[in-house]
Amino acid sequence: MDWSPLLISLATSLAATAVTLVAGLAAAAWRQNRAGAGAALIDGIFILPLVLPPTVVGFLLLLLFGRNGPLGKLLLQFGTTVVFSWPATVIAATVVSFPLMYITARAALEQVDPHLLQAARTLGASEVRIFREVALPLAWPGVLAGTILSFARALGEFGATLMLAGNIPGKTETIPIAIYFAVEANEIQRAMVWCAVDVSISIVLLGGLYYWTHAQRLRRERWGQH
Amino acid sequence: MTLEVQIEKKLADFTLDVAFRATETPLSILGASGAGKSMLLRCIAGLERPGRGRITLNDRILFDWSQRVGIPARERRIGMLFQHYALFPHRTVAQNIAFGLHDLPHDEQSARTASVVSRTHLAGLERRYPRELSGGEQQRTALARALAIQPEALLLDEPLSALDTHLRGQVEAQLQETFATFRRPALLVTHNMEEAYRLGEQLLVLARGRVAAFGPKEEIFRHPPSSEVARLTGCKNISRAQPNPDGTLQALDWNCQLRPTHQPAAATKYIGIRAHHIDFLETAAEQAGEPNIFPSWIVRTSETPFRITLFLSLDPARAAAGEPHLQAEVFKEKWERFRDRPQPWRVRLAPESLFAMPD
Repeated sequence: MDWSPLLISLATSLAATAVTLVAGLAAAAWRQNRAGAGAALIDGIFILPLVLPPTVVGFLLLLLFGRNGPLGKLLLQFGTTVVFSWPATVIAATVVSFPLMYITARAALEQVDPHLLQAARTLGASEVRIFREVALPLAWPGVLAGTILSFARALGEFGATLMLAGNIPGKTETIPIAIYFAVEANEIQRAMVWCAVDVSISIVLLGGLYYWTHAQRLRRERWGQH
Repeated sequence: MTLEVQIEKKLADFTLDVAFRATETPLSILGASGAGKSMLLRCIAGLERPGRGRITLNDRILFDWSQRVGIPARERRIGMLFQHYALFPHRTVAQNIAFGLHDLPHDEQSARTASVVSRTHLAGLERRYPRELSGGEQQRTALARALAIQPEALLLDEPLSALDTHLRGQVEAQLQETFATFRRPALLVTHNMEEAYRLGEQLLVLARGRVAAFGPKEEIFRHPPSSEVARLTGCKNISRAQPNPDGTLQALDWNCQLRPTHQPAAATKYIGIRAHHIDFLETAAEQAGEPNIFPSWIVRTSETPFRITLFLSLDPARAAAGEPHLQAEVFKEKWERFRDRPQPWRVRLAPESLFAMPD
């Protein structure tokens, strides 16, 4: 049996989660202390991939990165294209998992007592240092939960990936896509193996998340925060 | 060492409009909750931006609306103690204290931390986390953290309000000790007049965003400039008043004629006397011929462990209707001596204890 879908899925999800973690944190940090219609509109755009059907997201990405799309044209000038390549699986997984990261990171940062940030300011700390040494450590449990949810979402991505990256065995064929085409080709046994792999990974991830948040709750109680 | 503040800031219900100057002596800022006290401190610390005005600390301009200067909080070198201390929960006591010393060499950080730890009596607690500390210890940690940066001014926002009563005395002593060696502007915000009196030398009374009184605390407590200040400094007996041509005052709410020490100003509108200044005469002959002695009837009482508050009426009909004119406060020992004597009791509103107020 060809195990490449497992490797492709893991590599894609890890890469997408790494991008989403940095981008989601940056967006959440930027969104703090901002209010108004403009910020609310940007909120909507950030969260859109969560509510749109993955096929719509995939189609929009195809328009963006296709031969005649603005980003596609730009990439073409550097002699490259992402459609139907491995980076396309990462782009699709990143876009659909970003809202989960953004929402959880924002909620976690908002829960940090603003007086702590103000105290840090009166003690001479720069905003970057306050984010790194006060806000982030205190918001970390939420940020980690968002990371795991994003990874799980990236791992399960199907629709947008199929539209942007297609199904190229050994290159863009992730586990969900492998399952779809196995069923289509009536290879029920192969589909069941991949289902079992997917369910196992998800159970380990979500179980780990549950266990970890529980441990965090105990640690927070030690800090005196509830 | 001078902090000069002159700011305006629009708040939800009123405008904070304050001007004062603080020097080496600690200044208490007294006001009811919602009077704008915390906002004033936050403007000085640089956590809020005033609408207009100017704030200078020694020769540094921290804020100047007309020159468009606004130094950020992190560059102001002003230590601030927050009401609930705002200790970093994920850092130990020593790490909390050293937070503001980030740019110093490592050995100097340790030396400074050790020095404030000993000054604030935190030795032995350096490795504890905030939640493993008592309220008083948390408060001292927050104070140590603010002092560690060697601030040019210290701002304390309701430093005792989060503490149990039995801890307050101890923490007050710590604050007094700190003020005695600090010798730089120190501002303390409180809604408790006794705290304000004990911890400050100067007193600023804030009412709806305005300075209602500012000066040496003894002066303001002895002779409040307005009925509002009298009330905020704990005066229980205030009556509308009208000067008579013969130099006496008609107390309209108490329905009696009073003789103050000085001829009252024509603009006098209120007269006040503090509850513990009301005298009870124990013999008929005592103080005979003195002014301001009135018969009184008791309406009700309210006891604290050592003192008793007596609600008195100066005429029997009102006493029967349950409507007191005055509140008097006496020690229980004294109360035991006259409680069984027949009413009316004779009370004396000593001229030197009365204060007339223009508004």
